[in-house]
Amino acid sequence: MSTPALAHSPSQPSLISRLWYDKENRSIIVQILAAMALLWLFGSMVLNAIHNLEALGKGFSFNFLKQPASYDINQTLIEYSSRSTHFRAMLVGIINTLLVAVAGIFLATILGFILGVLRLSKNWLVNKLAYCYIEFVRNVPLLLHILLIHGVVVHSLPRPKQAINVGDAAFFTNRGVFMPSPEFLPLFKFVAAAFIIGVVFTWGFRRYAKALQERTGKQLPVFWVSLIAIIGLPVVVFLATGQPVNWDIPVLSGFNYKGGMVVRPEFLALWLALSLYTAAFIAEIVRAGILAVNHGQTEASMALGLPRNRTLNLVVIPQALRVIVPPLSSQYLNLTKNSSLAIAIGYMDVTATIGGISLNQTGREMECMLIVMAIYLSFSLLISAGMNYYNNRIALVER
Amino acid sequence: MNDSTNNVSATGRALGESTIQIRNMHKWYGEFHVLRDINLDVKSGERIVVCGPSGSGKSTMIRCINRLEEHQQGDIIVDNVELTNDLKNIEAVRREVGMVFQHFNLFPHLTVLENCTLAPIWVRKQPKAEAEAIAMKYLERVKIPDQALKYPGQLSGGQQQRVAIARSLCMSPKVMLFDEPTSALDPEMIKEVLDVMIELAEEGMTMICVTHEMGFAKTVADRVIFMDEGQIIEENEPDQFFNNPQSERTQLFLSQILAH
Repeated sequence: MSTPALAHSPSQPSLISRLWYDKENRSIIVQILAAMALLWLFGSMVLNAIHNLEALGKGFSFNFLKQPASYDINQTLIEYSSRSTHFRAMLVGIINTLLVAVAGIFLATILGFILGVLRLSKNWLVNKLAYCYIEFVRNVPLLLHILLIHGVVVHSLPRPKQAINVGDAAFFTNRGVFMPSPEFLPLFKFVAAAFIIGVVFTWGFRRYAKALQERTGKQLPVFWVSLIAIIGLPVVVFLATGQPVNWDIPVLSGFNYKGGMVVRPEFLALWLALSLYTAAFIAEIVRAGILAVNHGQTEASMALGLPRNRTLNLVVIPQALRVIVPPLSSQYLNLTKNSSLAIAIGYMDVTATIGGISLNQTGREMECMLIVMAIYLSFSLLISAGMNYYNNRIALVER
Repeated sequence: MNDSTNNVSATGRALGESTIQIRNMHKWYGEFHVLRDINLDVKSGERIVVCGPSGSGKSTMIRCINRLEEHQQGDIIVDNVELTNDLKNIEAVRREVGMVFQHFNLFPHLTVLENCTLAPIWVRKQPKAEAEAIAMKYLERVKIPDQALKYPGQLSGGQQQRVAIARSLCMSPKVMLFDEPTSALDPEMIKEVLDVMIELAEEGMTMICVTHEMGFAKTVADRVIFMDEGQIIEENEPDQFFNNPQSERTQLFLSQILAH
């Protein structure tokens, strides 16, 4: 803002120069100009697209979503047949993408943390093995990993007739891994109840242990009690009620197994490849995070008499997490978006369904691509929001 | 061996039993012989200042006393516990030996109060309220009780170092080790930290300070130890040490350090 003193000065600057050389005004002017340029660019692109689509005789409409899809999908977690709509096909694709992304994030995180810690091991062999794994995996393109693992699964596993039989329950074949599926009998509700009681008890016990420590300083074996309550109790109830589960064991009939449940080779290959690949990056992030905590912190903690495990839990890990979480969330985003490589091995994710077959059959490339982009964008924003929330909770206070 | 077999300090104060005994201690970093034949006996209540040029092994020596560094030869006995590879013994010694570092090493993710109560709660198994009351008492002694709920990053260097001293005191240690506590501070903050240390010394705390503050050594120390190239070159009461240094090496060091 121009000051009154300036207004009274003998050589009055012009209005334009006053606007332009004022810090606040200038930033507003620049922003308005940039917004106008952006709007013009987008507007002309959209208009251009509409003109061209009209010239081809296609309007812009999402009505095709209500039409029957007329194609089959090999892995459907919700009811779907070739008579279902394109919209339904899209939902199947979304669920398949979510399934592989969530399972991948889960496995990649566990593997990544283990590898990252092994990479810091003082044991020469363990350290170098982790190093070789990480360097090999993260320097080979993901697509090759997917094709390699898919090839291994499909070509090295036998046909259903010669399936690798694990205890007459699980069967490894080139059409997937067939496993028994559970069928819960009425008594199983007691097992479920025991599990819920275990979780609630653990929650209460932790609160009690914390309060007790604050009051008297006494420390209870929280980890072991939690373990017994959450896993031990349901197992005991399960055995006491006479194992109230019927297992639907897959049986070979004709050329394939029937019954039970199946993990398809496409899912297996994509899941393993995404997890193993992302784990290598997460391992480096974890290693960097732990190394980023000044060694003085460990020394100060140990000099106070805290044992090594407490030093890790109370001092090192809380600080390492601050370094680990932001790049970790971008690895989660990468994994989710990389799952679109599914199309290479025929895993029917959202790119292969609505962005692939539906697009080709209806010719609605504009609409389909917008839908696929919107879906990935919402996944990414959801992951970002979650990780940002977590990051803000553990952020460091400085000044 | 030092000559103080009676329990009176070089400056004439009554002292307790021997708290730290270092006998013929050697340490190597790979091929490099950092500490050569160190012998030191510290009695309860004694105040010792260690000085010497950088790289002389002063810090390494006091870091051996709470086993932040391992020694390879000789014995170190602290509070009647011998330091070996036995983790239980090491933790027992660390509980009784407080340490203040050059770069404070406060835990940045915890408030000042939490910094002070962390070890008492998890190591001494004190109730939280009791640990907080003790922490507040020591924070008052180092004159920063009003900063208790702030984070270390919000404090000045001098304040951080005083919190670090309070954090160590909360474990009620029998010995305090100071590893160049004022070297990372601005001149005006050095005084506030030294004042706290002098007060602590007057209360009878057993202290070993690695420091270049010669004024502090003159007012507080019972004995001054001069180290060079991993050896204890000279060991004397402050008056003798500063006015009548025996070895040539000490004379040179003092002339350099007192010249400005």
